[in-house]
Amino acid sequence: MLLTLLKLFWMFFKIGLFTFGGGYAMIPLIKDELVGGGYISADVLINFIGISESTPGPVAVNMATFIGMSQFQDVSIGASLLGAFATTLGVVLPSFIIILLIASLGSKFLQSKVVNHAFLGLKPVVIGLIISVSIALIIHAVLPNIDLKQLNLDLSGFNFKGLIILIIVGAVTMFYKKMSPVKIILFSAILGMLIYGLLPW
Amino acid sequence: MKKQHNLLDLFTTFLKIGALTFGGGYAMMPIMRKEVVEKKQWADDDDILKILVISESTPGVLAVNSATFIGYKIAGFKGSLVATLGVIIPSFVIISLISVFIIQFQQLTWVAYAFKGIQAGVAILIFKAALKLSKKIHFDLFAIIILVCSLLYALFSEFSVIYALLVGAILGIIYGFLIHVKEAKADATHTS
Repeated sequence: MLLTLLKLFWMFFKIGLFTFGGGYAMIPLIKDELVGGGYISADVLINFIGISESTPGPVAVNMATFIGMSQFQDVSIGASLLGAFATTLGVVLPSFIIILLIASLGSKFLQSKVVNHAFLGLKPVVIGLIISVSIALIIHAVLPNIDLKQLNLDLSGFNFKGLIILIIVGAVTMFYKKMSPVKIILFSAILGMLIYGLLPW
Repeated sequence: MKKQHNLLDLFTTFLKIGALTFGGGYAMMPIMRKEVVEKKQWADDDDILKILVISESTPGVLAVNSATFIGYKIAGFKGSLVATLGVIIPSFVIISLISVFIIQFQQLTWVAYAFKGIQAGVAILIFKAALKLSKKIHFDLFAIIILVCSLLYALFSEFSVIYALLVGAILGIIYGFLIHVKEAKADATHTS
C-alpha cells in the first residue's frame, strides 16, 4: 500500500507540475496517467469531473481528492483518506514550492525572453490537448466502441440518446452563454434522467 | 500577539474562499479580490494582477498559487502554509464525504441516468473551456500548426501528453528566437 501511495503522490506531483492553464488543462494529463495506467476507468473520470465542477473548491484539488479516495475504497475509509491525502498533497506541492520561490526570490526570471517564448509554443499545445479531450468525450458519448488510439473505428453501439443529450446541452449553452458550470452539470443530469429514464426505447 | 491573530484570520479567510468558489481558478478571483483586497486590505489590485501573470507563466493550480502568494506576503512561510491549507481543506472535506456515499448512490438506476447526462455536460464544458482559452492567444501559422499537431497527437498516440508540452515549449523558444533575430535584422536595415 505504501508503494501505491507513493505512486499516487508522484503521479499527481507530475500532473501538478505540468498543468498550465488551470483545472481543464489537467484533464488530458489525468486521463493519460490514471486511465492509461488502469487506476480509474474513463467513465469514472468523467463522473468525477462532473462532481468536481459542481462542488465548491478548486477543480484540481477536488479531482485529486476524489481519485485518491477511490483507490482504497475496498480497504477502509482510513486508507481512502490516506490515498486522498497523497494525491492532494501531490497536486498542490508544485504550485506551493514554485510560488514560494517566486515570492521570496522575486519574479524576474518570469520576464525573461526564454520563458515568454516557451509560452508561444505551450499555449497552443494546451488548447489542442483540451480540445482533444472534449472531442474524445463527445465521440465516447455517441459511439462508445470507437477507440482512436487503437485505430478501431467500430461504429456499433451507436447511442442515440447520448447524441440527443449532447445536442440539447450544446444548443442550450450556445444560447445561454453565461450559464455557470454548476448549472450546466445540473441541467445535463436532469436531462439524463428524463431521456434515459422516461423514453421507452 | 498580532501575528497569531493574523495567521488565524488568514486561515479562515482562505477557508471561506475555498468553500465559496465553484469551478476554481478564474471563478475564484472575484471572491478572492473581495475578501483579500476590499475587506482585509492584505493586497491591492496590483498584487492580484501580479498573481494572475505569475500563474499564467508557471505550472500548477491557480487557487493554490494565489493562497501561497498572499499568505507569504502577509506572514512569510507560515502564512503561505496556513493560507494554502485553508483554500484546500473545504474541497478535501466535501469530496471525501461525497466519495464515501457516491459508490452506493451510483448503483441507483436514476443516479446512473443522471451521470450519463452529466457526461454530455462535461464534454460541452471542456469544449467551452478550450474555446475560451483560445481567445487568449494570437493565432499565427505557427500556433495553428502546433495546436493541430497536439490535438492529433493526444487523440491518436499512446504516449504521454507531457512530451507534447515539452516539445511545444522547445519549439516556442526556437520560434521566439527566430522572430527576435528577424526583428533585429529588420531594425538594423531600417536604421542603416
